[in-house]
Amino acid sequence: MSERFEQGMSTLRKQMDARVVSYLSSCVNCGVCAEACLFYTETGDPRYTPIYKVEPLRRLWHGEYTFWGKLASAFGFGSTLTEQDFADWEELVYDGCTMCGRCSMVCPVGIDIAYMIRKVKEGLAAAGYSPDDLKSAAQRAVEIGSPMGVTLATLQATISVQEKECGIPITMDREGADYLCLFSSGEIVGFPEFIGSIARIFKAADVSWTISSDYFEATNTGVQIGNSAVAAQLIERIVSAAEKLKVKYVISPECGHAYTTIRWDAPNIIGRPLPFDVVHILELLDQLRREGRLKTRGSTDMHLTYHDPCNISRRGGVVREPRHLLDMVAPNFEEMSDHGAMNWCCGGGGGVSTIERARDLRTRVFNVKKRQLDEIGVEAVVTACSNCRHTWEDGLEAYGPEEDVVELIGLTELVARYLVEDESRAR
Amino acid sequence: MFAEFVEGPFWYFSLGVFVVGVAWRFITMLRFGTRRDLSVARASAAVGALRTNLSRFLPRREVAGRIRVPVVAGYLFHLGLFALLLFAAPHVEFIKNHITGFGWTPMPHWAFILASEAAFIGLLVLWLHRVLNPVTRLLSRADDHIAAILVFVVMLTGCLALFQSFDGLRVTHLFLAELLLLYFPFSSLMHALMFVPSRGYTGASLGRRGIHA
Repeated sequence: MSERFEQGMSTLRKQMDARVVSYLSSCVNCGVCAEACLFYTETGDPRYTPIYKVEPLRRLWHGEYTFWGKLASAFGFGSTLTEQDFADWEELVYDGCTMCGRCSMVCPVGIDIAYMIRKVKEGLAAAGYSPDDLKSAAQRAVEIGSPMGVTLATLQATISVQEKECGIPITMDREGADYLCLFSSGEIVGFPEFIGSIARIFKAADVSWTISSDYFEATNTGVQIGNSAVAAQLIERIVSAAEKLKVKYVISPECGHAYTTIRWDAPNIIGRPLPFDVVHILELLDQLRREGRLKTRGSTDMHLTYHDPCNISRRGGVVREPRHLLDMVAPNFEEMSDHGAMNWCCGGGGGVSTIERARDLRTRVFNVKKRQLDEIGVEAVVTACSNCRHTWEDGLEAYGPEEDVVELIGLTELVARYLVEDESRAR
Repeated sequence: MFAEFVEGPFWYFSLGVFVVGVAWRFITMLRFGTRRDLSVARASAAVGALRTNLSRFLPRREVAGRIRVPVVAGYLFHLGLFALLLFAAPHVEFIKNHITGFGWTPMPHWAFILASEAAFIGLLVLWLHRVLNPVTRLLSRADDHIAAILVFVVMLTGCLALFQSFDGLRVTHLFLAELLLLYFPFSSLMHALMFVPSRGYTGASLGRRGIHA
């Protein structure tokens, strides 16, 4: 067995905890999890059954920690894990899972399958069995500070354009500001209007905020690839930037996995509480709304719907806030059939959209979103995750030009369209 | 002689293995430990643990339509089995004489028929689903089939023993039930107890995020 496989096995063993043991001891292979997973429902391939993706961890547990497994091994009959198993499971775990957690919500015995898939990734990544595209993205994140290679110069240029468009100066490195805002590279490159939108909203609401030139990336490729050391390194950069600027809060922008990472996983990854509070941009906007500091006038008459980014809603707990904001500006809002905490994933999160070889699979499973869209026939889809937006763009483009007429809008940008920026015109 | 063995030493042995085995499974699970969650909670983990333990008894609306067969068959089997186990007259008598020292009113004969039919139909449909559905066919292992077959033969001999009034069938039923007790701690039958911490951990972890898991 190769040294890297041994490294993978050693890392996989370290993933065992009481939760994992309770889960593996409870599973009766009922297959209900498959019916919640778009990778299974849209392909019909049983290998994409969520609990099947955890098989490397299960076989490790069975072989080394159970009565029958240990007995079988003693007599040379154990079905031990092999390096080929790692190779075989790479595609299932990385290409065929966004860690959206929909399976975790339906398991009759309460298994948090997404939690275990994250752990399987640690073992595969340590053995070198992770997609090259993700490895490159992780390397760029560590070396450049962005998985897409977005540099400070790029960000500064983007900010400069947004300052001109919204007429508001955006100050970097303001020490003592209340809020430090992070961005995903996808936002900076694809949807820079988000920056102008928050500049306008924060000015109108008198929010003291800044951006760090030391580190601005919200996404965490370490989590996507399953490398806790890289994940911790990237989180520490955020912590250092926040401590240097002495901010009270860090804003997680319109990105799903970025939010669960910084809000819920970060303290556990670095082993200590964060020295600041984390708030998602939607939580902050809703707070400003409740406090009367975010005022809008007018609304869109578009028939639109909201796509819940899985790691903001289902795994993050931010479900009501976007709906409060939509109530302000979109009276013609209609929910998709499965929404909120039980929405269907777009199929692009958790690093899947980064993996080029997964493009066809991702397009195929996007069919579930297309069906949801066809059911309600809206003119626009609003979302709060730049990765979801890119995935929606790719998905709608793949299904033909007629589908491409649906507008995709970021929720913060939509709210900013109707922002009251002059107190004398406040409602 | 076999009856004396089954009603005597083998009963105590199988009960002992069951109790010690189950305790050992829980102790080893807890010894793995969990790390304290250092993130700032939004809601109560304890409430989340309790909520998820209760809510997972019912399927979510969003998937219910896709899983009708295993849900209906699963409930028929489990409810029928628990009714038989706890309220069939011979069981009430056995529990009173060998475990608790006290009994309770057993179910009437018609209820016994209903419960046993539900349990049998449920178990057979579940097993057919397991072998015919491509997902469960991929997932299933020997343990799943052994557990199903063992429970089936215990139920079968139990019903036959009640109707045939042949003591050999009663002893066979008891012997197979004792084999089930021996197998229980080392099998997927542990789900009957492990589902509580499993649901609890998930409910706590997601519940503290404000998610109704």
